[in-house]
Amino acid sequence: MLTLTSRRMLLFGISALVLAAGIAAAGAMMRSVPDNLDLALEKPTAAGLYKAAIAPEAASIVVGSMHAWTATVRTPSGSPVKAARIGINGGMPRHGHGLPTSPQVTRSLGDGRYLIEGMKFNMRGWWTLDLAIDGPKGPDTVTFNLVL
Amino acid sequence: MRTAAAIIPSILLGAGLLAAGLHAASAPGARWTEEERATIQSLSLEALPPLPEDPSNKVADDPRAAELGRALFFDTRLSVNGEVACASCHLPERQFQDDVPLARGVGTTARRTMPIAGMARSPFLFWDGRKDSLWSQALGPLESAVEHGGSRTQYAHVVAAHYRTSYEAVFGPLPKVNQLPVQAGPVDDPESTRAWAAMPEIDREAVNQVFANIGKAIAAYERTIQPAPTRFDAYASALGSGGAGNLTDDEIAGLRLFVGKGQCVNCHNGPLLTDNHFHNTGVPAAAGLPEDQGRAFGAKLVREDPFNCLGKYSDAGEGDCSELRFMVTDGHELLRAFKTPSLRGAAGRPPYMHAGQIATLAEVVAHYSAAPEAPAGHSELRPINLSEMERRQLIAFLATLNPKPDSAGSKGF
Repeated sequence: MLTLTSRRMLLFGISALVLAAGIAAAGAMMRSVPDNLDLALEKPTAAGLYKAAIAPEAASIVVGSMHAWTATVRTPSGSPVKAARIGINGGMPRHGHGLPTSPQVTRSLGDGRYLIEGMKFNMRGWWTLDLAIDGPKGPDTVTFNLVL
Repeated sequence: MRTAAAIIPSILLGAGLLAAGLHAASAPGARWTEEERATIQSLSLEALPPLPEDPSNKVADDPRAAELGRALFFDTRLSVNGEVACASCHLPERQFQDDVPLARGVGTTARRTMPIAGMARSPFLFWDGRKDSLWSQALGPLESAVEHGGSRTQYAHVVAAHYRTSYEAVFGPLPKVNQLPVQAGPVDDPESTRAWAAMPEIDREAVNQVFANIGKAIAAYERTIQPAPTRFDAYASALGSGGAGNLTDDEIAGLRLFVGKGQCVNCHNGPLLTDNHFHNTGVPAAAGLPEDQGRAFGAKLVREDPFNCLGKYSDAGEGDCSELRFMVTDGHELLRAFKTPSLRGAAGRPPYMHAGQIATLAEVVAHYSAAPEAPAGHSELRPINLSEMERRQLIAFLATLNPKPDSAGSKGF
């Protein structure tokens, strides 16, 4: 079972795997990851209305297991956005399929943090996670790239 | 002549040494990257975590329930004609499947029988995932008009007559059954349906509980059916300890295709070589059968099933049912998507696909290589154009996933 063994490892593990793909041409999955993929887990939304960040709740992410993430939404100046509605989508761009589950924000954790339950990745490779954020400043979207 | 005779063996010997040298220089274990090595080991039984609990079935790990379930699994009295048991299609000596395209009970089904080993780890059961636990799955065929063909009251009568002691030891007192119709339940047979509707609610409820418990006992037995070690597992283990392993060059080349160019490992991942998900891979429709929507219909069925994880007969709390709560219930990807089967033992159990519509492994590999368009919905596949040699190598590798002849339970896992 493939695991990334801590939150810290997730962040660094992702970069390491992409790098490995670039230099070692590992497997087909790794080869299908584009060069210079933006792997930031915190970034401005597409229209710049918010800053969004995501982080896994569990210490490790196991391919094939359900798990939770936290999404944090702030204004560009850093104030927490406490009343956002967040829709979650995503998938594997190179495989042409979406997420295997239908994750949802199940509750607000305060300070602009939201619990996303029902996340699962059923295979390794390049995934995108799209958040559609509807907050006080209006709707905006953000796409995160993940490489497992 | 003597000189010539002496020279020939030297040349042969030289060629032999050369070949050995080449083989050593390309020693299989040495040619994997760290990434590939990790992927290979992630497919090994050694990477299989302990069997997770099933919160929806409080007797899942009760040996008495498993023993009762074993008896029920083989009991043909649990059928309308007294001739069909679970084991009629799930043959223990044949990996708990039946080697025919479409399962045959009291009639003929529209689907291929699935094996059982490792299924306790699957969040959704059946090719379309219309059940979300082993115990709920076991109930489906019992009420199918073409499988066991019986009804809930019939099965309650069977338990009362033949399993009262063992049932009550596990589940507590059986309800009174004498007043119940011989056949009654929400099944295709109109007489049984009418009889069921005429029963008092309290009786229907009691029978439902017995019915669910039959499933829970069978599930407790099925949880004990686990995959057996294979030659591939031995190879992966040897890789882990720095050894060269026991696979032939062709088998190793096939493994390389499996984790690389063939992209098989995308879906056939983890120690059971399945992602337990549903994919449209353009499998042709089975001739003579009605249109099969696969997961598109299965997702609706499991959501509405009274015996699902969130239902009143489940022992789980809502927090235990995340697979059901967060499953994808609609969208074009579900159309003709079918469950990824485990590849453990697959080389030894043709025919293939959800309706057994592909007869041989060679044809399966040819299908995935060519990636034809789906008869409905959209195939996720893209052509990978494997050469004839590559296809042969891939098949050679798949055979290494058969249980070792000498391993315990190798006949049926």
